[in-house]
Amino acid sequence: MRRAILILVPYLWLLALFLVPFLIVLKISLSDAELSIPPYTPKLDLTAGWAGIKEFLAGLDFENFEFLTTDDLYWKAYLSSLQIAVISTVMSLLVGYPIAYGMANAPDHWRPTLMMLVILPFWTSFLIRVYSWMGILSTEGYLNQLLIGMGLISEPLTILNTNTAVYIGIVYTYLPFMILPVYSALERMDASLLEAAEDLGCSRITAFWLVTVPLSRNGIIAGCFLVFIPAIGEFVIPSLLGGSRTLMIGKVLWEEFFNNRDWPVASTVAVILLLILIIPIILFQRNEQKQREAEG
Amino acid sequence: MGQTEFEPWNDPQAKPLIQFRGVTKRFGDFTAIDNQSFDIFEQEFFALLGPSGCGKTTMMRMLAGFETPTEGTILLGGQDIAPIPPNRRAVNMMFQSYALFPHLTVWENIAFGLKRDRLDKESIKARVAEMLKLTRLEQFASRKPHQISGGQRQRVALARSLAKAPKLLLLDEPLGALDAKLRQDTQFELMDIQEKTGTTFVIVTHDQEEAMTVASRVAVMDHGRIVQADTPARIYEQPNSVYVADFIGEVTIIDGTATPEGDGYEITHAEGLPPLFVKTDKSFARGQACHLAIRPEKVAISAEKPDGRRNMLRGRILDIAYLGNISTYLVELPNGKIVKAQTANTRRLANRPFTWEDEVWLSWSDTAAVLLEG
Repeated sequence: MRRAILILVPYLWLLALFLVPFLIVLKISLSDAELSIPPYTPKLDLTAGWAGIKEFLAGLDFENFEFLTTDDLYWKAYLSSLQIAVISTVMSLLVGYPIAYGMANAPDHWRPTLMMLVILPFWTSFLIRVYSWMGILSTEGYLNQLLIGMGLISEPLTILNTNTAVYIGIVYTYLPFMILPVYSALERMDASLLEAAEDLGCSRITAFWLVTVPLSRNGIIAGCFLVFIPAIGEFVIPSLLGGSRTLMIGKVLWEEFFNNRDWPVASTVAVILLLILIIPIILFQRNEQKQREAEG
Repeated sequence: MGQTEFEPWNDPQAKPLIQFRGVTKRFGDFTAIDNQSFDIFEQEFFALLGPSGCGKTTMMRMLAGFETPTEGTILLGGQDIAPIPPNRRAVNMMFQSYALFPHLTVWENIAFGLKRDRLDKESIKARVAEMLKLTRLEQFASRKPHQISGGQRQRVALARSLAKAPKLLLLDEPLGALDAKLRQDTQFELMDIQEKTGTTFVIVTHDQEEAMTVASRVAVMDHGRIVQADTPARIYEQPNSVYVADFIGEVTIIDGTATPEGDGYEITHAEGLPPLFVKTDKSFARGQACHLAIRPEKVAISAEKPDGRRNMLRGRILDIAYLGNISTYLVELPNGKIVKAQTANTRRLANRPFTWEDEVWLSWSDTAAVLLEG
């Protein structure tokens, strides 16, 4: 009985905070836009009884999903988001792995400090940190001033409001999500494994590829998913740092909701985004489970 | 059928495989190895024995190439190995933690070193099969390290380090993670494999029984120095210092002063007690402080005063440690000194002639004890 209650708690949590909102969004995506409050139809009228429910169900259709295929804005936005998320994930890995490696090989008494430095940015509002990148990357920003001051360039670089700025923003924001799982995988590794590899004829570099990388594989996979999944739906970073030509589905979604007030189309965009994300999320879960099995 | 004794260290013609020449290793202010010179010969099973922190592991890591000597040189087959990195040395190591690659199967673990040598597939297969057979691991070739037992893991580690047929195999506390029973079996297996392959083994251990069982020579270490390096029998019977006598096995040390007497020395050790006598080749000055080391199993214990023994002491049984096959008696002399005596329990326990608080005689022969300098 107590076990049943214990299991029930997370399920109720998921039901209330995930499944119910999802069903509402799904329902809206099947509705039609209307100038009213809330701005869609049909609305469920329970006072009309059975006839009301029947009428409500008859009003639902897949029109919005069909609409999304007719306008190439949407699939271009999905593709572009996918591209930006993939590139950002790869860049996060390239930046994050050496940092995690350095942390794992740092002297013991340094590690808590280094860990703190990685987590520290979370103590400031995400929005403020993205805003401050605007100050750094703008034409008159610190970066350009520094480069001109050093005599490396004579004309300021245009970084802000380009995809480059979006990449910088995403990599900066999600880097800790890459570093932490990779670090935890590397830290658990037995140092004598590398000595054994060397003893058996590996150079340091081959030992890294044959031992360190395979043994941190699960950390790499976890880190990549943790960056990729939020990056693909990212809205704040492209709208603050990206330009008018930066196309990301999160931004499209926002515009549909708040500029066009077309809740049904916006919900459709969200539902499809979720369907796209389900694949990597399932893969991520399987990776986690496999790791647990290997350890258990 | 007599076999010729394997004693290359007594043969001036024999060329050592490994030579330590004035090797010192310091870590900052700490001297881990203090100016050591010694030789290890081909096909030897050489044990470095000592308490933790005595420098035995540092010695081994210098041979493997993970540490370089601060001073002095190490020669392998006459060649200075200092400039050779670990991955190019004809030396392999079996790690204390085994350091098996968890992401590779037993087969792949054993093949790991062979693949680095870029051998062709067929010779790798043949060599791995040979190693699996040697260590009786054929059925486990496709398992991962976490799917096999501790004893099997130990054998995989051994097979992996032997696969490249090194000139020298280093074993760092190879049996430390095994339980007592398995450890004993494995010791004999290790000796068997060493004999079959003819590889020179250097083993690091803190377990004196293990060192005595497997090794052809044991080097007892303390504070970065080899105190004595000799065959197990000589280490036990003729220790060169109180440290070695005390470290290996059980011993009673009696302090006293030496007086020359016939072909040995009379040792005055306590007022009111008769002096003890030791036959020895060593020379001591009259009145020189010395230590008499006597092994408990060489001390006879009797209720009656024994005849014809020069070394006789009377005492009272303070404690009896019953170990099944043997019993150790702690006997207190009138001056408070405690002497250990050991007897084999050839009769059943109920027939034991002595019990606590009994007055007994202890005696030993003239050659039983070892006289050591103070």
